[in-house]
Amino acid sequence: MPLAKRIIPCLDVNHGKVVKGIHFQNLRDAGDPAPLAKRYCDEGADELVFLDITASPEKRKILEKMVKKVAMVLDIPFTVGGGISSLEDARLVLQNGADKVSVNTAAVKDPELVTRLSDKFGGQCVVVAVDAKRRFDSLQDRITTEEDGSSFWFEVHTYGGSRPTGLDAVAWAKQAEKMGAGEILLTSIDKDGTESGYDLPLTRLVSEKVSIPVIASGGCGTAEHILDVFQKGGADAALAASIFHYETYSVTDVKKYLRSRAVTVRL
Amino acid sequence: MTRVGIIDYGAGNLFSLKTSLERRGVVVEITDQFSKQMNFDGVILPGVGNFGAATKTLEPSKEELVSAVKSGLPFLGICLGAQLIFKRSEEDEGEGLAFLDGEVVRLPKSVKVPHMGWNNLEIAKRGELLKDVEDNSWVYFVHSYYPKTTDNAAVAAISDYGVKFPAVIAKKNIFGTQFHPEKSGPVGAVILNNFIEICRS
Repeated sequence: MPLAKRIIPCLDVNHGKVVKGIHFQNLRDAGDPAPLAKRYCDEGADELVFLDITASPEKRKILEKMVKKVAMVLDIPFTVGGGISSLEDARLVLQNGADKVSVNTAAVKDPELVTRLSDKFGGQCVVVAVDAKRRFDSLQDRITTEEDGSSFWFEVHTYGGSRPTGLDAVAWAKQAEKMGAGEILLTSIDKDGTESGYDLPLTRLVSEKVSIPVIASGGCGTAEHILDVFQKGGADAALAASIFHYETYSVTDVKKYLRSRAVTVRL
Repeated sequence: MTRVGIIDYGAGNLFSLKTSLERRGVVVEITDQFSKQMNFDGVILPGVGNFGAATKTLEPSKEELVSAVKSGLPFLGICLGAQLIFKRSEEDEGEGLAFLDGEVVRLPKSVKVPHMGWNNLEIAKRGELLKDVEDNSWVYFVHSYYPKTTDNAAVAAISDYGVKFPAVIAKKNIFGTQFHPEKSGPVGAVILNNFIEICRS
């Protein structure tokens, strides 16, 4: 049997509270990440990703408390990202029960960080998050692809997608792999929040060029989108937020659908 | 009260394993130097990390641990801990606990290594540890090496990842899982509960 394709709900947290996905009716404290995480886990999520957007001098303390609380109730792997920029940040998260850390801006600024993390904690712990946006201008040495007759490349953005870097996203993903990353969390800035489907050309391009697992992110609005990103995009895992938060589908619904379309899932 | 010792040999994250046992009403003690006087009902050797480094940090516990397990103390090795049931590994130098015959070898080049994610268990011999675990259950793996044993009777379940390899080892009071039961959802929970039951009896 091949490995199961993974379904990964993502939770954004700010000051220890979930900031999206507060629509579950029967949770007493809807903003508390632990019961929400447990619910996804019970529904059959294969992993969870927590993206901490807290900007506060108390960030580390708040994060430590949240990770501990989540680890107490989860029995599936989970990743924590958002502002991780040093071995110390990573250690804080991993020692309190997270299985992986994701690094984004800090890794672009200092790619050696990926190697240091990988040497210290093992490559399986290190997820490099790449936020990519289509660019339609033609520049030299860019890895391009096509859709509907137009050609484009993908530019890495940092600081939550707000700052263009000029870097080629595919080349950066390859470099991250070489530096010791265990996985790539690939987010399409163009698609994020649109619920119009994953960026298939982006996902396909990166999946073809790296040999580590690729988690596709950005744009999921339906179970069909997830099917497409596995079958046409070559992703190993699909991350989604709103379709699960707003209960459009449960994780189980999505998995049943995928299984009916001959995708290997844990069900 | 059932008391289970977790041997800490610097391999990292023990929090998940500890809390997942505590959720089941077990008293957990973490120690970096095992001794028989601790009077545990069972002992767990967890692990993510390097075989050679683990054998070194395990050294202060080794003699007492081997003796206790040989006289019947329930033992569960997880991931690297399951590989340490054997004597040698291709990964590095150092001697494991050598409870069983065989050696630890690298996964084949034909597949992406590490083997990371959810894969199936094909149950060969259910026994106490896999009681109520269904054939083809999904469990969560993260590893690059696997134990190749000549002791076929000790292989309780296999998984297939470029090669069919022992995913669960069971021989008398000695158990090993190449996957992480503490991260394997409801199936892992059943397996940990079974180990706790073994410790209780």
